[in-house]
Amino acid sequence: MRGWKFSRRDIIKGSAALAASAYAAPIRAQAPASEAVTPALVEAAKKEGKVVWYTSVDLPVAEKIAKAFEARYPGVAPRVERSGAERVFQRIGQEYGSRIYAADVVNSSDAAHFIVWKRDGLLAPYVPEDVAKHYPADHKDADGMFATWRAWLSVIGYNTDLVKREDAPKSFADLLDPKWTGKIVKAHPGYSGTILTATFQMARDLGWEYFEKLAKQKIMQVQSSADPPKKLSLGERAVMADGNEYNMFLLKESGRPVEIVYPTEGSPLIIGPNGIFKNAPNPNAARLFQSWMFTIEAQQMAIEIGGLRSFHALAKEKPGRKPLKEIKLMKDDAAAVEKQGEDIKARYTQLFRV
Amino acid sequence: MAALTQAAAGHAPARPARLDLSRPIIFTFAAILCVLIVLPLSWLFYYGFVDRAGNFTLGNFRQLVSDRAFVDPLITTFILATTASIVCCAVAAPIGWLVARTDMPVRGFVRLLVTASFVTPPFLGAIAWELLAAPNSGLLNRAFRAVTGAPQDEYLFNIYSFPGLIFVISCYTFPYVFVLVANSLDRIPGDLEDASSILGGKTWTTARRITIPLALPALLAGALVAFLQSMTLFGSPAILALPAGFHTMTTKIWSLFQYPPKPELAAAASLPLLVLTVVLLRAEHMVLGRRGYSVLGGKGAEPRLVRLKFLRWPALAVCLFVLLNPVFLPYGALLNATFSKVATQIVTPQNFTFHNIEFVFFELSATKLALKNTFILGAATATIGTLIALVISYVTARKAVTGHRALGFLATAPVAIPGIVLGVGLFLSYTRPPFILYGTLWILLIAFVTISLPVAYQQLQSAIRAVHSDLEDASRILGATRLQALSHITAPLLRTSVIATWCFVFVGVMRELSAAIMLFTSETKVISVLIFDLNESGDLAAISVLGLFMLIVTFATVMLANRVPGFGGGIRLRNH
Repeated sequence: MRGWKFSRRDIIKGSAALAASAYAAPIRAQAPASEAVTPALVEAAKKEGKVVWYTSVDLPVAEKIAKAFEARYPGVAPRVERSGAERVFQRIGQEYGSRIYAADVVNSSDAAHFIVWKRDGLLAPYVPEDVAKHYPADHKDADGMFATWRAWLSVIGYNTDLVKREDAPKSFADLLDPKWTGKIVKAHPGYSGTILTATFQMARDLGWEYFEKLAKQKIMQVQSSADPPKKLSLGERAVMADGNEYNMFLLKESGRPVEIVYPTEGSPLIIGPNGIFKNAPNPNAARLFQSWMFTIEAQQMAIEIGGLRSFHALAKEKPGRKPLKEIKLMKDDAAAVEKQGEDIKARYTQLFRV
Repeated sequence: MAALTQAAAGHAPARPARLDLSRPIIFTFAAILCVLIVLPLSWLFYYGFVDRAGNFTLGNFRQLVSDRAFVDPLITTFILATTASIVCCAVAAPIGWLVARTDMPVRGFVRLLVTASFVTPPFLGAIAWELLAAPNSGLLNRAFRAVTGAPQDEYLFNIYSFPGLIFVISCYTFPYVFVLVANSLDRIPGDLEDASSILGGKTWTTARRITIPLALPALLAGALVAFLQSMTLFGSPAILALPAGFHTMTTKIWSLFQYPPKPELAAAASLPLLVLTVVLLRAEHMVLGRRGYSVLGGKGAEPRLVRLKFLRWPALAVCLFVLLNPVFLPYGALLNATFSKVATQIVTPQNFTFHNIEFVFFELSATKLALKNTFILGAATATIGTLIALVISYVTARKAVTGHRALGFLATAPVAIPGIVLGVGLFLSYTRPPFILYGTLWILLIAFVTISLPVAYQQLQSAIRAVHSDLEDASRILGATRLQALSHITAPLLRTSVIATWCFVFVGVMRELSAAIMLFTSETKVISVLIFDLNESGDLAAISVLGLFMLIVTFATVMLANRVPGFGGGIRLRNH
């Protein structure tokens, strides 16, 4: 095992930059041209009648997005196939291995998956108009295979009924305090792409010693990164060691007693690209869906009702939420996650025993 | 069914014609059963003994016994199954005795409640117990703190623990012991006890020296069955053990199929479960002998009821207290979560909502497909399974063809295959040529038919045998022809058994998780898998809605089955 020790300076350096390395492919001479939504495309999509979206975004958010699409394009019914990103990845692998082509559009919270799918030639190039016009180069694939549909952070959180603000942890290091033993809930990198990505960034920046110590805190181990916020909200645990920032926003704004902590070491940044699969059973509906997903309308909706972050140039952050640029981030590095993912899962399982 | 029976009977007098028919029957059915059972097991063995490159190796098994990641779950599972089995016996035997042999009030109702815990999907029970006894948010722990004024981090129960898991598993496994014990007590003829009283034995002496010894084999068999059930259960440990940070064998096998999948290790890890199951079933058979051979007829005295006197009501109270755990509390928690804005808060006018129901049936786009798949698979499995079982049990009960024993053996053999092991085997068999069925409902149908075959076979075989003995002959003696006897006596009696069998297979399919979890794809998801998915993302309210819906369908089906004498001796719903 290579050492993943980084100095503090590296951490700060890293969190300053936002290079998304899933998109690090060399820029080709000609990127595919963007395609507008034509009446012919809408007609063809309606003829197919449905679109299957594999995603790892929290189910209620995913279903709301899907419903909004159906309201915009009646006659094209989306079906959401939601599971943890690592499960989705495995399922697609298993299905494609048996020549089952069920997925139209796929969204993953582990950007590394798109490196693999692109390398294996599973993706179809398609550049929606909004992506071409309004997305920064480091959030769209040079060959037009995928683009960042959503972004969010993995954060610390606490239940405000159970923990006073001044007692709340400020950093990842604080979670190792014995006073949190038995009070922490944490999601699993073998299930959640968010947590795999976060675990990679934290292991790189804080070292595996951090997880070795955390594993002794008698954590409650759940699967999805959407679950720790829900467990906080129920009051089942006082603190969460990782989990979706967007679920925390949604719960907090609906009046639940939860509060976000952006750890002083930096918050892991999670990139969630969307792409169309080459063997999509509903290729036209897939394109229509992909196009719509990147419109400012859909992106703003993902922000408002999903608590997510957007790289669409026209998107506005919701007031009351801490703007992304004010938050200290850990640097995401999909290429490294792609190389080390298996290792990280194995090591995690060894430490946390499940 | 009646038509089929008659068709078979129509050939009965003409001996040569029947022989002609019998060969194709036995070959066809033997072939079907071989494909169902032998194919997945062969692949399982093959994979267990090869490495990635396909070379022979014992490395998988070496890793199994040397790697702590496998040894720990193995030990955990053993302790779990042993303890759960003891708990089940300790609870089920007294209740079984009270219901079958005493004058305790509302015994029929108690039986009904046990039936309810019997048909409750164990994974649903586990999730309901999360709502009840999660250490901080659980309803019972909240009530405990509210009553005692204990501080926030004190709790009465922690369901995410080894004892918690044993408790929940016992809740939904003890009915197996109950059924065996109560049925054997029902069957003990009253005249033995009468003889004891005539010879001067007091009520308790008779119970101690006659009744209990006669019921002991059934209890031992129950202990073995409970052990098996607990050992092969997947849903409950996945829901309760993983958050607590430990694995059982079934969850470990399942985790080996997560990315990157390790089918060789999964196959190797499945084999000990398989071997242990075969051994234990063998033991059960030796203990029980020719159990399940019931006689419908006029013989036998009514069993004597022990008079509990002033203990009648306390006895009932104890029974109801026990049944709080598998039935009242969990159902209440699910009902509460269905209508509450926050799953673990008691419904009040302020937080009452229909949103959860609306979400599940109108927003959740996976619901419709999962319901459709479940009903198609349930109906198809029940129909095909019952049909196969009917033919095989007719053939074996009447000893209609040579080799009927082999057919009977093949039909019971799947009992020895734990669901998750069958899932692994079927996955390995049907994701490759010549049969690529993965991704279709067919592979799930095969799994479910295989799993439910022993239940259906045992049911129908004992039904056919029971009818065969006295009544048919009586009818013949009174002058009926064989055909008349069959159509007037056998067919009507069989029809009820066939309906009951169909219903129980249908219910069994709805609650099946451990094979389905290995075999589903996005297009072939069933409700149990959907519920499991929802649990992983923490959507407890949605689970409650789906769970209650499932229970309603289940009870409707059971009610249908119970209109006929259904909850009888041989029924053994698989408990995964």
